[in-house]
Amino acid sequence: MSEQKAQLVLEVASRESSERRAENLTRVWAEPAGVWGWFKAVHHTTIGKRYIVTAFAFFLAAGLLAGAMRLQLAFPEAHIMSPDMYNQVFTMHGTVMMFLFAVPMMFEALSVYLVPLMVGTRNIAFPRLNAFSYYLFLFGGLTLFAFFFVNSGPDRGWFAYVPLSGPDYTPGKRADMWAQLITFTEVSALAVAVEVVVTVFKLRAPGMSLNRIPVFVWGQVVTAFMVIFAMPGVVIASTMLLLDRTASTQFYNPAVGGDVLLYQHLFWWFGHPEVYIIFIPGTAIVSTIIATFSRRHVFGYMALVLSLIATGFIAFGLWVHHMFATGIPQMSESFFTAASMMIAIPAGTQIFCWIATVATGKVVLRTPMLWVLGFFFVFILGGMTGIFVASVPVDLQVHDTYFVVAHFHYVLIGGAVFPMFGAFAYWFPKITGRMMSERLGVWSFWLFTIGFNITFFPMHILGLRGMPRRVYTYPAGAGWTVLNQIESCGYVLLFLGVLVFLVNVWRSLRTGPIASSNPWGAGGLEWAADSPPKPYNFLDLPTVNGREALWDAAPDQPIVAGLHEDVREMLTTRLMDAEPEGRDEFPEPTIWPFVAAVVTTALFIGSIFRPVAVSIGAIPLAIALIGWFWPTRQESARRRERDIWQKNS
Amino acid sequence: MAEEFVKPRRVLDVSALPDVTFASRSITWWGTLGMMVIEAGVFALALASYLYLHSRSATWPPGVLPPDLLWGTINTAIFVLSMIPTEWYRRRARQGDTSSVQIGLVLACIIGVATLLVRYKEMTHLNTDWTQSAYGSIVWLIMGLHITHLLTDWVESVVLTVLFFSPHIEGKRFVDAEENASYWYFVVITWIPIYFIIYWAPRWLRS
Repeated sequence: MSEQKAQLVLEVASRESSERRAENLTRVWAEPAGVWGWFKAVHHTTIGKRYIVTAFAFFLAAGLLAGAMRLQLAFPEAHIMSPDMYNQVFTMHGTVMMFLFAVPMMFEALSVYLVPLMVGTRNIAFPRLNAFSYYLFLFGGLTLFAFFFVNSGPDRGWFAYVPLSGPDYTPGKRADMWAQLITFTEVSALAVAVEVVVTVFKLRAPGMSLNRIPVFVWGQVVTAFMVIFAMPGVVIASTMLLLDRTASTQFYNPAVGGDVLLYQHLFWWFGHPEVYIIFIPGTAIVSTIIATFSRRHVFGYMALVLSLIATGFIAFGLWVHHMFATGIPQMSESFFTAASMMIAIPAGTQIFCWIATVATGKVVLRTPMLWVLGFFFVFILGGMTGIFVASVPVDLQVHDTYFVVAHFHYVLIGGAVFPMFGAFAYWFPKITGRMMSERLGVWSFWLFTIGFNITFFPMHILGLRGMPRRVYTYPAGAGWTVLNQIESCGYVLLFLGVLVFLVNVWRSLRTGPIASSNPWGAGGLEWAADSPPKPYNFLDLPTVNGREALWDAAPDQPIVAGLHEDVREMLTTRLMDAEPEGRDEFPEPTIWPFVAAVVTTALFIGSIFRPVAVSIGAIPLAIALIGWFWPTRQESARRRERDIWQKNS
Repeated sequence: MAEEFVKPRRVLDVSALPDVTFASRSITWWGTLGMMVIEAGVFALALASYLYLHSRSATWPPGVLPPDLLWGTINTAIFVLSMIPTEWYRRRARQGDTSSVQIGLVLACIIGVATLLVRYKEMTHLNTDWTQSAYGSIVWLIMGLHITHLLTDWVESVVLTVLFFSPHIEGKRFVDAEENASYWYFVVITWIPIYFIIYWAPRWLRS
């Protein structure tokens, strides 16, 4: 037998020795203290919480912008906002919701916080990159709002089509700011995508083979892969747009061989998978909550996971259905209609698995489960209208009308916001150590659900009656007034639903009942950690014996021992079967990712004004990155002393 | 997790596992691979954009000569030949052979400078600039993307070379050296389709 293997042995551990180890690990894993310490933090729970709070703040800000639009549209021929202001407001609403809320919340925030806990490790892979990604996301969002407040907010819609957003039709800096916001958010999403893939591929607890990975983690891995393959589309599209505007390139200028549809192709190569990047985490949350509150393993695990993967693949064959009105050949329209309909297969499979789980389980109706049931209703309705707009003749009729607005709010709010509120109610005790109020939870659910349907259902009808989207007002005699007023009233209920949720969070943080480590009796590994988790997550790294690690654990389920505990050491396992295969160190906290993010921000903003800022900014950026990677003498010496080289390398 | 353990319990002892691991056993390798996939996606879409713009144009290249072959071909030859010393120091890195890796990294820095110098000559022989036409823009974009990779790889190689002549040599550095070699392969391999698109597509797809 080779000696480079993990071995099962018997060990006697006294209570005192466990306490000593806990004390030591707390010291080794503690986040640095003080004001500067705040900027050095690298633990995934710290960064994850910041992601959640920041993305939610952007959700509230974009929600207020929606309120401004509902106020404007509540009356025909209103002049509360100028048309120019209205353009900025709806563009900001869409841009902030998509790029600063939906993806950062559903993918980055939730996976940064939860995935390392769920796979049973002590931090996310590449934690410094993780901190960097957060600061970049934060700075990008703040920059966008700063531009908005000085009347330079983007105003060409959340997808900023050329030629309208090109140099000829949008002078000023509005479209440039939009293009650079995309750069901020895509870099942070791509960084987290790589971290999530590596965390799940290499840092899983021993025994968590591929077919035992929690469905939520599968969802985030599929999402991470979609981010990795989709984001390059918008990288190229927005870079070309910025270059056309600032460096006189001609990518989208038809006069000299450029092509405006190139932008749409590249944008929707990213933009359609983007929608699934937003709702796949949502469906993965649903699978998790349903299993816990039906008190059984989720029905059809394999079918659910394969559906997630299938959705990920099909997502890349649909982008042209956003371009049916552009005069592309009929052959490709037919192909993309068929491909779009195909998405109903994996979506339907998931829904039937959930129904089977609920039908055969013992359902416990708590707030998280309510949000899941709300998700069913809203998301399925959105899916229905999705079938409408996937077919070319219907799409041509309703293109750019409120019907489309209704459709995508049903799928996006249904597919992401409902599961998100469910996830908050579900994981709040884990993150904060306190339970939320059920009573306020039920109130916020009903206010939100009823408000949502009152706001968005009439939009279907308005769209069929011909009201175009993105108009700042409408004539009194168009027959659209009453429906618009109903929608605006619905917004008030939506607003109250979110307000009750915020009150619930505020009160629960201060006076909520203290949560045990596993208040729902759930099966995932995150519930084995304390509530809130200690800075080292698990005192004893777990091993796994089934899909629901806690439900399926053997009576004497082994724990992992033998890692150095004077440094942040991790265990790496094999991709397929999660057999232990090596050890590595997580890096320590440091200021450099923050510095690098500040420099990168300056570089991105500078490039809006002078392309040469990229070349100048590259120098301090290189210095920051070298500082980031440069080891200390002690760590080099310590490692040199301890190194065990892999055999047969 | 606050149970009391007084009787013996089963533990999985991992203390014998190696902490200097290469290729798919190293998380650095996976991180680098992730970055490569992202960058390859950007390259692929940039090349697809080139072909898309070609499909939309009546003449190609529009009113200009294709890029001159000489310097681009020289650089391609340097790239291909550079794989020999790269593979040599990559293999030595796995054995923990300090002096060979030192030589290999110095070579990598020199090769990096050489390719950048030749690249400068290439840029002066593209026969178009980026403001002239969409063709010129996409040619410069693709070349710019690849130059960025040459520059970042060169800085990375220099930093690693300095580390290899410092007291910081330990197992992780050898893993880094192997990754540095792999990343250079990525830069070389992405260059091959770019070379054919930039230099040969205007000749073969001429219209």
